[in-house]
Amino acid sequence: MIHQYKLAGYNIIIDQNSGAVHSVDDVAYDAIALYQDHTAEEIETVLRDRYPELTGEDVTELLSDIRELEAAGQLFYEDPYEEVAKDLKIKQSVLKAICLHVAHGCNMDCRYCFAGKGDYSGKSGIMPLEVGKASLDFLVRESGSRRHLEVDFFGGEPLLNWDVCKELVRYGRELEKTHDKKFNFTLTTNGLLIDDDVIDFCNREMGNVVLSLDGRPEVHDFMRHTKRGGGTYDLIIDKFKRLADARGQKNYYMRGTYTAYNKDFAADVIHMADMGFKETSIEPVVSAPDADYALHDEDLPMLKDQYEKLALEMLARNRRGEGFKFYHYTVDLTGGPCIYKRVAGCGVGTEYLAVTPTGDLYPCHQFVGDDDMKVGNVWDGITEEAVIDSFRNGNNVYTRDACKDCFAKFYCAGGCSANNYHTHGDINKVYEFGCELHRKRIECAIMLKVAEEEMAND
Amino acid sequence: MKRIKTITTRDLNKSSVSGGCGECQTSCQSASKTSCSVANQQCEQKKAQ
Repeated sequence: MIHQYKLAGYNIIIDQNSGAVHSVDDVAYDAIALYQDHTAEEIETVLRDRYPELTGEDVTELLSDIRELEAAGQLFYEDPYEEVAKDLKIKQSVLKAICLHVAHGCNMDCRYCFAGKGDYSGKSGIMPLEVGKASLDFLVRESGSRRHLEVDFFGGEPLLNWDVCKELVRYGRELEKTHDKKFNFTLTTNGLLIDDDVIDFCNREMGNVVLSLDGRPEVHDFMRHTKRGGGTYDLIIDKFKRLADARGQKNYYMRGTYTAYNKDFAADVIHMADMGFKETSIEPVVSAPDADYALHDEDLPMLKDQYEKLALEMLARNRRGEGFKFYHYTVDLTGGPCIYKRVAGCGVGTEYLAVTPTGDLYPCHQFVGDDDMKVGNVWDGITEEAVIDSFRNGNNVYTRDACKDCFAKFYCAGGCSANNYHTHGDINKVYEFGCELHRKRIECAIMLKVAEEEMAND
Repeated sequence: MKRIKTITTRDLNKSSVSGGCGECQTSCQSASKTSCSVANQQCEQKKAQ
């Protein structure tokens, strides 16, 4: 299966199953569209009608090139990976990442918070050090021979429990030596409590830091409030700049959320770049459909247009040597993941679990607070095997009918189970709104890679 | 080829032979926390090469 599209003056062919990407001229674009359902004579007739300057020899040469790519497995490659998916149950048998909810509580009062203002609609709580240590022990115990382990300090607001975060990093470094593991610690923060100690410690110990900023001051302040209701942009922006600069503008992401109130979100990402941030990200809000800030299907054309607008601006800045990174456009075409990863997805409930301040386990942070999804605790391990099995056996691109013919399936690995579950009550019924946006983002990302390669060759 | 430029990419089929070590980052641990994306993840084996 192929996907072909035109964007920013480029004609692009993505061969879904081999991962090959081709940049072609108009004639080849049309020929490839016709190739599978037409004879060589029919293709020649159509092409010479559309492009009168073409000779029969030109068409013969082009068709020969297409056949060569087909024979090399780079065009119209049939999907051979369904068997791979069957191995996943074995391969996904060990844990390698936890989202550690060190604080269920927040010092901000954001209108759109999916976490129920930080406490996940449950009791507020701060994770005691002993629970954190038991969580790292649990991760090491369940990780088998996996060496690289990940721990994200999450909340609520994790800096409300900063001393415990630091102690847990020290504890993790000890576990590395005794168990031959390598921890990658990350932190997601709203920024209010960032100080020199946080900056220094993060830059020494955290592999990635996610900093919540929605973009333009008025957009950020409309949603992200202090407990007293004031805006927070001015309280955090200089702290974020200091932290990002101290990290050499690497290994962090400015992470925004867009809602119905800033459907022109490209301007928010560009604002981040204009403020000097080099690593940016923005995501659609997660919300109930009746929320005033919710996004709806009728917004899709505008949202897709915004992703395109952002890509074009990034292309222009790249050409001027003023480029910046956008999370969803940072596609690694040569060093990216193998097919196992692309089939298997995020690892929710199998490779990845969320831990609450009291040590309860959930398949991921987006299920925390849902009693039906509580699967155990860090001392006893998994107690609800049936729930975990539903993720282990039913969470890949071949268990979702909607994924089968989607060109982007090996770029998203089947999408977000939590989004599916919260929309349809079923992890295998895809959240089509998210899929539409993801397909657009992938088109933009591949276009930027094509442009980058062509710039390098010029 | 005159009309077709092929961009350098990882051959997904070949990756099924050597892949599956599972040492790569869990995708949701990166920036998004809401939108699944694997294409921007790096292969730990490739990184080490």
